[in-house]
Formats: sequence, structure tokens, C-alpha cells
Amino acid sequence: MSFIDIIALALQTAIGFQGASYALAAVGLNLHFGYTGLSNFGHVGFLLVGAYGMAISADQGWSIWVGFALAIGASVVLGLLLGIPTLRLRGDYLAIVTIAAAEILRLVANARPSEPLTGGSRGIGGLSAQLGFFRRNIFDEPFRIGDVFVISARDQWLMLWTWGLVLVFCLLIGLLVRSPWGRVLRSIREDEDAARSLGKNVVVFKLQSFVLGGVIGALAGSLIALGDGSVSPIRWVATLTFALYAVVILGGAGTVWGPVVGAVVYWFILDAVEGVLGNLWFDVSDTTVGAVRLVLTGLGLMALMVFRPQGILGSKKEMLASGR
Amino acid sequence: MAADALDGVASDPGVPKPDPILVVDGVQRRYGGLTAVDVDHLEVPRGVITSLIGPNGAGKTTFFNLLCGFDKADAGQWTFEGRRADGVRPHVLARRGMVRTFQLTKTLGRMTVRENMLLAASGQRGEHFLSALVKPTWASQEKANIERANDLLERFKLSALADEYAAGLSGGQRKLLEMARSLMVEPTLVMLDEPMAGVNPALTQSLLEHVTALRDQGMSVLFVEHDMDVIMTISDWVVCMAEGRIIAEGRPADISGNPAVIEAYLGIDHGGSVSGAIR
Repeated sequence: MSFIDIIALALQTAIGFQGASYALAAVGLNLHFGYTGLSNFGHVGFLLVGAYGMAISADQGWSIWVGFALAIGASVVLGLLLGIPTLRLRGDYLAIVTIAAAEILRLVANARPSEPLTGGSRGIGGLSAQLGFFRRNIFDEPFRIGDVFVISARDQWLMLWTWGLVLVFCLLIGLLVRSPWGRVLRSIREDEDAARSLGKNVVVFKLQSFVLGGVIGALAGSLIALGDGSVSPIRWVATLTFALYAVVILGGAGTVWGPVVGAVVYWFILDAVEGVLGNLWFDVSDTTVGAVRLVLTGLGLMALMVFRPQGILGSKKEMLASGR
Repeated sequence: MAADALDGVASDPGVPKPDPILVVDGVQRRYGGLTAVDVDHLEVPRGVITSLIGPNGAGKTTFFNLLCGFDKADAGQWTFEGRRADGVRPHVLARRGMVRTFQLTKTLGRMTVRENMLLAASGQRGEHFLSALVKPTWASQEKANIERANDLLERFKLSALADEYAAGLSGGQRKLLEMARSLMVEPTLVMLDEPMAGVNPALTQSLLEHVTALRDQGMSVLFVEHDMDVIMTISDWVVCMAEGRIIAEGRPADISGNPAVIEAYLGIDHGGSVSGAIR
């Protein structure tokens, strides 16, 4: 495989469904972490309820719209359930509770007694057939540039949905953060006691931010379920949350388009590294590629923190200001 | 001037005053076996500058935090503008007009000076989630707030810094910003927690002028302070705390000669007389 091919394939992943779904999930996390300063370490929990909302809806023979409604409903409930008791407390408690809650949700979905609903460890498959998501596809021709850069009609349909939602939510968040509402969120990130002393009901704002970001995460989860055509518990592990943090920080936390740029760059680098490792003059086994890829990701993030801590889109001046 | 109304008031701890803005009864705050605050009765007069003094560890800041809802009292009640204020959350008290500043300034670093000011404006329509999306619902109010913020920044000589991140301000400028910001809330009682701590003498003078200006505009001021000179210059009324209790109150002239104050505050054999805490 030539170097051009490796780049083409990496680009395909980065701007494709993979990049789009991470971007959408990261947009939600960015609202939490980047704008409100909430340490949500269980964002994957929101993705999980979104994915299972869609999958269960398919399994029960309901429509894709019921699936989205379930995903949104479940994430709102989850957000309130986790937020009401913990958002009153100091930041660290939210981190502890969210990371535990996400893990609990995964274990519950995985457990034998949940099998009738979630399919237990086997999960739920055949979503596409049940929901007819791809029957509505408006694309019928693969999009190709050369022989390697090919986006199937199926992927184009997924990308349209996912990037469409990314666009909608980025515009929405762009409006929100430039409003007085967004100003209160940022003040909470900086110092919530100061916001309180100026008459702001901090808990309500944090809860609104937490629920909205959670809903965006759940929608990303539903789309991932649609893209995979199935759900299974092992996809929703804590590492996904950390990957999303990497995306947010890489792109620039607290910027509207940061998560989008972050997701694209993240997947491009990850895939390009895999491509290069797989095509060296000596053989590298797949498991080694996976491990080395993660090592390089870690090194890359460290380098980023040293040389551009504000992320790709972040402002250096603003970053320095956070040092107080 | 409202200070004249205090002329007939005796210099006794817990003395009643005409038309107090804040009335405190039996407030206690205990940490295990230690009673940090134990105030039987205190009336904070309206329209004047009241200073709360006392040696380090006297419970001034704790008392202060209790009053504005940032800490929970173990016993007691207090009213602000005639309404119950104990057990009320701090943001509610702020909306009622009791606004505080902090000993360690809490400027919002990654927001500009002007944004710091705008945040503080109360009753903003654009703070509601749905209205926030529709700019026409809050644009005119925002414009009025920007004008008010600019005027205040002018008054506090911060105009040139309006678009800088607040993190870039010096310690003194932060004190000024915090004071200016609290005025955006349109308070009736401004509570300043050691506004002069760690500030150079020239700036202290300017801060004092701002505090006096608050009173002249009809606001009541309650502030915690260490420095006797500062207190004697600007206060209309002085309340002295020691070991959690109010041991004396009165006009500055009366207080400076009060033996209990001299013993507790100026101290004989301990470090209480050193102004400014070591942190």
C-alpha cells in the first residue's frame, strides 16, 4: 500500500462516520467540560443509554423515531438522576459518580437478568433490518476518488445524519454560549462561588448543561448503534470516555468547533499510524499495531499538552489566563 | 445623612438602632468543640458604613459567610430588609440585594473584565435556556447592561482593561473589579470581606473613596477589616468581635478608647495586632 493510500484511508475514517460520531459525542462532552467545567468522566454512559434506547426500540419492533425518543428520554432521566444529587457537591464528586454510573450501566446491560431487554453479553443485533434505516437511503452510488478513497452509499447516509446533527448542535451551542446563559456557564467553570455571590442559581445552570450535553451524547450513541447495526456491552467502556476527552482537548476545550476538528484529527492520526505500522518492511502483528497505536496516541497527546495545551482551535491567551 | 441617626445610639454590644437593614439573633457556628461564632444580637444600621473588626481568628469571616448563606449556622436567625435570611441560599440573598465580595478575590480569569461585569447584572432574560437561543428577546437588555458596565468600569478606572482577561489584572485591580462587579447587582447592602488586604497604600486610598461613594449613593456597607487606621477614617459604626462574640460596638472614636477592644484587638501578648494575615 502506498503512502497516498494510507493517507486516503485515514482521511476516509476521519471525515467518515467514525469521525462524525466521535465529534457528536465530544460536542456534548465539550459543553460539560469545556464550557461548564463539569468533570464528567462517564460520558460513555450517555452514549450507552442512547445506543440501547435505539436497539431496544428496534428489538420491540418500534420505529427509529421511537428509538431517538427513547434515547433522549433515557439520557434526560440519567442526567437528572446523576446531576441532582451530585451537582450540589464539589466537582470531584461528579467525576466519581459519573465514572461509576457508566460502569454500572454497562454491567447491568451485560447481566444475565437483563437479557430479555438488552440481550445480555450478546447484545442486540439486526438493527438495520428491524428499523429499515438504510432502506430510506437517498444515496445509491458509492462516492469515489481514485481506487482507495471510496465512501459507500451506506456510509454516505450515516455521514449525512451524523454530520448533520453535529452541525445542528454546534450551531445551537454556538448560539447558547454567546448568550448570557453561556456566560453563566463559563462563570461556573471559573468559580462557582463567585457566580453564586452574584445571584446565579448555579445548580440549575449546571443541571441544564449536564442534561443537554448528555442528550447530545445519547444521540451519538444511537447513531453508533445504527452504524454498527448492533449493540453489545463491551463497546461502552471507560476508554471511550477518555478518547472523547482526548478529542475535546485536542480540538480545543471550550470552543464551538474544537470537538469537530479534534475528532477528525484524532481519527486521522490513529488510522494513519495504523496504516504506516501495517506496511513497514518487516511484519508487525495486528495486536502489536493496536498497542503501538495507543502508545503513539499517548505520546502525541503529551506532545500536544507541552506545545499546544489550548488545543488546535483554543486561544493561547485564554489558556494562560486559566493559570490565574 | 443616615450617620446622624446613630448619634443617639449607645455604645453597647447588641444595642438597638433605628431602621436596621440586617438584624441578627443568637447565631452560632461550631466546629466540633470550638464555637467559632456566637453572636447574641446585632443590628447593622442602614445607609452607613459599618466595619467588623477583631483579631485573627475572631470569627469575622465565618460570621460574614453565615450571613450571606455561604456557610450554615448551627443556631440562630437573622433578617435582611425585614425578611428571614437564615437558611436562604446565597444566590437568593444576592438577588434580594445582599452582595458580597471575597477576601481572596474571585475574579473569573478566563472571562474578560467586561464579561465579569455583565455576568453580575440581575434579572437577565438571556439567562433562561430557551430565550438564550433567541437573541432579540435579550439584546436590548444586554445593550443597557453593557452601558451600565462601561459606566462602572469608567468610575473604577478599569475601562482600558475592559476587553482583557480578568486573570491578567493585578491584585489591586481585581479588588476594584470585584467591587465594581458587585454594584452591577444593584445591591442595598454591600458586604466586603477585607477589601484592603494585600493592597498598596495608594490603592487603599482609592478603594476607601469607592467605599465611601457607596454609602453616599445610599447603600449600606458592612466590611471586615484589620487595619485600625482604615477603620477610623471611614466607618460610621464599628463592631468588634473576639473569640466569636461581639465584645463592643460604637462610633469609631468610642471604640478606639474601649478597654475591651484594646485588650482583645490590639492585644497585649499575642500576635493579634499585626495587621494582615499570613497566608
